Amino acid sequence: MISGAEIVIRCLQEEKVDCVFGYPGGSVLHIYDALFKQDQVKHILVRHEQAAVHAADAYSRSSQRVGVALVTSGPGVTNTVTGIATAYMDSIPMVVLTGQVPTQYIGQDAFQECDTVGITRPCVKHNFLVKDVKDLALTIKKAFHIAATGRPGPVVVDIPKDITAQMCEFDYPKSIQMRSYNPVVKGHLGQIKKAVQILQEAKRPIIYAGGGVILSDAAEKLTELARKLNFPVTNTLMGLGGYPATDAQSVGMLGMHGTFEANNAMHYADVILAVGARFDDRVIGNPEHFSSEKRRVIHIDIDPSSISKRVKVDVPIVGNVLDVIDEMLKLLDGGFTTDPEVADWWKQIDEWRGRKSLAYRQSDHIMPQFVVEKLYEVTGGDAFITSDVGQHQMFAAQYYKFDKPRRWINSGGLGTMGVGLPYGMGVLMANPGAQVACVTGEGSIQMCIQEMSTCKQYGLPIKIINLNNGMLGMVRQWQEMFYSKRYSQSYVTSLPDFVKLAEAYGHVGMRIEKPEDVEPALRKAFTEHKDDLVFMDFIIDPGANVFPMVAAGKGLTEMILAEEL
Amino acid sequence: MRHIISILIENESGALSRVAGLFSARGYNIESLTVAPTEDPSLSRMTILTSGSDDVLEQITKQLNKLVDVVKVVDLSEAAHVERELMLIKVRATGKDREEMKRMADIFRGRIIDVTESTYVIELTGASSKLDSFIAALDAGLILETVRTGVCGIGRGDRILKV
Repeated sequence: MISGAEIVIRCLQEEKVDCVFGYPGGSVLHIYDALFKQDQVKHILVRHEQAAVHAADAYSRSSQRVGVALVTSGPGVTNTVTGIATAYMDSIPMVVLTGQVPTQYIGQDAFQECDTVGITRPCVKHNFLVKDVKDLALTIKKAFHIAATGRPGPVVVDIPKDITAQMCEFDYPKSIQMRSYNPVVKGHLGQIKKAVQILQEAKRPIIYAGGGVILSDAAEKLTELARKLNFPVTNTLMGLGGYPATDAQSVGMLGMHGTFEANNAMHYADVILAVGARFDDRVIGNPEHFSSEKRRVIHIDIDPSSISKRVKVDVPIVGNVLDVIDEMLKLLDGGFTTDPEVADWWKQIDEWRGRKSLAYRQSDHIMPQFVVEKLYEVTGGDAFITSDVGQHQMFAAQYYKFDKPRRWINSGGLGTMGVGLPYGMGVLMANPGAQVACVTGEGSIQMCIQEMSTCKQYGLPIKIINLNNGMLGMVRQWQEMFYSKRYSQSYVTSLPDFVKLAEAYGHVGMRIEKPEDVEPALRKAFTEHKDDLVFMDFIIDPGANVFPMVAAGKGLTEMILAEEL
Repeated sequence: MRHIISILIENESGALSRVAGLFSARGYNIESLTVAPTEDPSLSRMTILTSGSDDVLEQITKQLNKLVDVVKVVDLSEAAHVERELMLIKVRATGKDREEMKRMADIFRGRIIDVTESTYVIELTGASSKLDSFIAALDAGLILETVRTGVCGIGRGDRILKV
């Protein structure tokens, strides 16, 4: 017989969890005591529970494992909600263990009590309140199973304090069967055959690849498929790295800030092969405008509810992207002839490429795009790039060419500012020794800046690329374009001296103000300060905007482009 | 379009709020909802009366199926089915109205299940439209109180919703 708290730790060990991100408190004291008595599961003490969940989330995103966070009841839980919702929107597998007040106090407004299951319900894949120590191990097993299978997502397990003190036999189930939960993996062969037939007939095809490609580790298979078909490939923000950005068949990211060629190719395609993507509002713009073109859509997704949600689909294929593409490849082995008109389509695409929609104006100030380009060069295109939300996020997505999956770590669906730094922590815990840069802005970085302290404690040498324009850049851009330059609350004044701040936390700070200093500073950060966290405060051109841009409510081809250079 | 969705769901605490929360979060209508355990006490059966276009209904069934506790979902109104609703209605039954109320209850095949000097409680079962008609047929001033269970329904013949 062991205690509930020991059961929790044993479960984590059985799941091969090597580290958890957390913050102790009254309701989880027994669990922390059990954690203290072992060394298999490492604990990373964050400075705010939100960061624990973001870090666990990035641990998942940057590896194929499930991230785990551990927090106490009440405020510990409410602080995690942003992080849980962030993971939920991007379908990230994660298990969040939360303490709860003792069973007999539940419902009595006890100290640090909140309705965890109720508060988190709308933003989890599933959640549990453990009511009996005998159910504890099985519940945690279920949590890991549910988080990682089907369309992945965060699962919360709420554990009352008394349960962690009670004694019980430990028996961890090897596998699990749930009558109510059996996600489909294999796609319907008939549908796949139909899809292949349509691909054969396509004259203006496009492969539209989303985060599902990354989540199902299908990047290699997708590349094989795309090469066989000789079709252009566009990636969503969440799908970056799912197809090599430097490949000739890549037309880049599509959507609100997608390239001219990607958005046009998506709009004018006669056949769209959507792979693990969900046609969301930032991708297709105005749905009426999008549906004005006649085309056939094939949609592969593990979640049936993603299919025909916003865009009517002709050939739905429910299944794991990896398995479905594998089936497709097998069928293609029987021979595939691309329609001769596809050659004309490529000519059209090259014409669109000629517009050079990512060219940007030069300036005496540092241009943010230039910083990202240099970062790409200095890191050999092989770093893990985390980002926050805003202009800098789009610059990173547009100018860092991701050739590998799980290298681009950002909050796509929820658009959570402040994730970048804790994301860097999660990435480093899952990939020790990796190059990690957090491309951020002076607005976002301040939302979780306390984590510089955590980075010091655990020696996490993140390179913070702060694109500092003294403004909430994306808000400013919208105000400039759509609110007659009324810059309501988008100026960030009284900024801290980031160099001193970094130094105060025990890190290295740099302030870079001239374009010619960008590359040397980056080189220095990644060589001389390889093992240090370096806060690089780039003072950038305050007028830089993100282009192309599809304004809200506009059609995908109605892009605002940067002036032609 | 009016639809009757039948759901088999694990009989766990919080199951109802998962379903109700899904409907409110995604802006779907619930016109009525009934729930009780089935012959297998580990399962509950929920019947939801909702409305929406075909696209919305497709999403409702898909989203319900996505809930981890949901075992099966069926749109009963897609095929032959029977549906019933139970109403208890308390009416004033004095003077000449007393006899009239009795007659009305008989015409609608209702049963009087509580009697006092001045009131009746009438139990009436049927399709929702029948209950509506009964209310419409009564003098509104005589209705003291109504309570309805919401629709429950079952497929006809071999259409069976079971694990």
